Amino acid sequence: MSDQGTAGATPPLDLLDERLRRGEGPRAALAAILDRIRGGDLGALPIVLGLLVIWTVFQSLNSAFLSSANLVNLLVESVPVGVIALGVVCVLLVGQIDLSVGSVSGLSAAITAVTFVDAGWPMPLALAAAIGTGAAIGWVYAMMVTRLGVPSFVATLAGLLSFLGVQLYLLGRTGAINLPYDSGLVRFAQLAFVPAWLSYVLVLLAAGWLFLTGRSLAAARRRAGLSARSTRLLVARSLAVLAGLGFAAWYLNEARGIGWMFVCFVGLVLATHYALTRTSWGRTLFAVGGNAEAARRAGINVRRTYTTAFVLCSSLAALGGLLAASRLAAANQATGAGDVNLNAIAAAVIGGTSLFGGRGGAFSALLGILVIQSISNGLTLLDLDSSFRFIVTGLVLALAVALDSAARRSRTAHGWA
Amino acid sequence: MSADATGPALSLRRISKNFGAVAALTDVDLEVTPGQVVAVVGDNGAGKSTLVKVLAGVHRADAGTIAFGDREVTIGGPADAHALGVATVFQDLALCENLDVVENLFLGRELRRGRLDEVTMELRSWELLRQLSARIPSVRVPVAALSGGQRQTVAIARSLLGDPRIVVLDEPTAALGVAQTAEVLNLIERLRDRGLGVIMISHNLADVRAVADRVAVLRLGRNNGFFDTAEVSDEDIVAAIIGAADNVVTRRANRERDAGDE
Ligand SMILES: Nc1ncnc2c1ncn2[C@@H]1O[C@H](COP(=O)(O)OP(=O)(O)O)[C@@H](O)[C@H]1O
Ligand SMILES: [Mg+2]
Repeated sequence: MSDQGTAGATPPLDLLDERLRRGEGPRAALAAILDRIRGGDLGALPIVLGLLVIWTVFQSLNSAFLSSANLVNLLVESVPVGVIALGVVCVLLVGQIDLSVGSVSGLSAAITAVTFVDAGWPMPLALAAAIGTGAAIGWVYAMMVTRLGVPSFVATLAGLLSFLGVQLYLLGRTGAINLPYDSGLVRFAQLAFVPAWLSYVLVLLAAGWLFLTGRSLAAARRRAGLSARSTRLLVARSLAVLAGLGFAAWYLNEARGIGWMFVCFVGLVLATHYALTRTSWGRTLFAVGGNAEAARRAGINVRRTYTTAFVLCSSLAALGGLLAASRLAAANQATGAGDVNLNAIAAAVIGGTSLFGGRGGAFSALLGILVIQSISNGLTLLDLDSSFRFIVTGLVLALAVALDSAARRSRTAHGWA
Repeated sequence: MSADATGPALSLRRISKNFGAVAALTDVDLEVTPGQVVAVVGDNGAGKSTLVKVLAGVHRADAGTIAFGDREVTIGGPADAHALGVATVFQDLALCENLDVVENLFLGRELRRGRLDEVTMELRSWELLRQLSARIPSVRVPVAALSGGQRQTVAIARSLLGDPRIVVLDEPTAALGVAQTAEVLNLIERLRDRGLGVIMISHNLADVRAVADRVAVLRLGRNNGFFDTAEVSDEDIVAAIIGAADNVVTRRANRERDAGDE
């Protein structure tokens, strides 16, 4: 869209076809973006708009909503379910679903507490046990789906109930195990904030890295005779990111700052984004989600692809569960229960990952959980109880799925897959 | 007709494949040597696509052997077929509609698996598509946005990417316009001249006549004759396809000839 070749001389190799409606300058770029949106390729637009609406509404109802202190909290609170949603994105991409992520996260919290507190295992071992259990659960799902042909929603629905049972059993009669406040885990989740100077360094690094990778890609494309983004555009993009993130960091630093847990979550999202878009493993996820038989005929090991997606999903669910327990300094019967399950799936879908497989990305988890957490946080500020939260989150999920389906129909009509 | 016959021939011997009670293939033989184009013809449901899928590793044969020269090989899955240098263009094309052209072309054999080399892949895609005289405006649109003929070209291009020894095309011209059909036929001739073996499934006798050296007829899942294209008449091929000298096609042809004589 904003691609632009060496002006004047022969156009780049990929812009030769005379049917391509191309033009130069910002107006053509804007027209191309509008074209795509009309064609159902909505990208992150609906969610950014949605987030703006939600924030405006809550801010007008309670002026504390957009305060630094509240946003600091909102970001850190969003991490556990956000991590779970990241795993859900992976299973949705291959066209499957995992309905048990909430139970698995609760079980993982219970395992962490039992092994670390009751049995006195060293922390790394306890964490490995929790996440290893998650991975094993994902493997079992994958075997049920790929070897026995059980539909994934049934296999994981069975898992939802069973692992909830195991969680309750492990927690015993008291139903809760407290994690010591001075343990590294709890300190990390509750008290670890990025120093202000470091947050600005990170922002600078992000903008610089975006520019350098963009420039080296553009140079490689130009060398190959393909169209490439102009340096002006790359600079503008980096400056926009610098300004946006810089402002956010400054605003959050007015209060306690950015939680390390949130920074780690963003790091996880970036790593997943890389794996999904820049490795052949990521490509196989999209291929299998788009057309599993075609992927198989291309020589892709479809079973292994499903297995990696399920294992990753359950492992991330386990990680999310132990982060939730750390945040609360306790594992109890409510960890992973209630709306955790649906919130994680809703976040992935609201963020733009299709329920139909083959479309989406890691950033859906980040954007989606911000929407969910904003709603939940805003309603709590208004002193509305969970009944309202369930209703509103449910409506937003319905809206997101409807949008997903409508966009899919529109894409078919406009030829954007 | 066959050019430099280097390398071993691919031969299928007594291949059988059943789907439940349906015997889709029964004791089918087929052979193609390097630099040769073999056309497989047959009526709808004769088992042509099933034969293609056995060769591509999509289905496993229930009985029979596949050999390269004297060496017997097993094709247990699509990856085995690729490794043996057998590339296939399926009748249903088997493309991922959500992926773009480059992603489809290199699916399963991306360059630099840990850090994809998108630039080289895109460049190679353009080169390949230009060789095929493909008219595809952009290789960065999802395949769902392409027309039937363009998708066919993408599927053919993909089969050529891995430097195959044998190319199998299942009704490659069925979805194509006049010019594109000619391009595909030219391409098949170029493949033959490069010493590749080509197996082409077709319904169109004109296409078969234009490029095939040999014609193998399938009828109801069995071999029903092998012919040298140069020596066989259309009537004989049709008779073999339909299974009798006196059939609806020849009767119709005779009627038209008689009408023309009067
Ligand atoms: N996957 C399948 N399952 C069951 N039957 C099949 C399958 N594929 C093909 N058949 C049957 O095998 C026979 C041959 O089909 P096919 O090879 O597609 O014929 P064609 O010569 O038209 O390509 C048909 O009777 C078809 O119904
Ligand atoms: Mg067929």
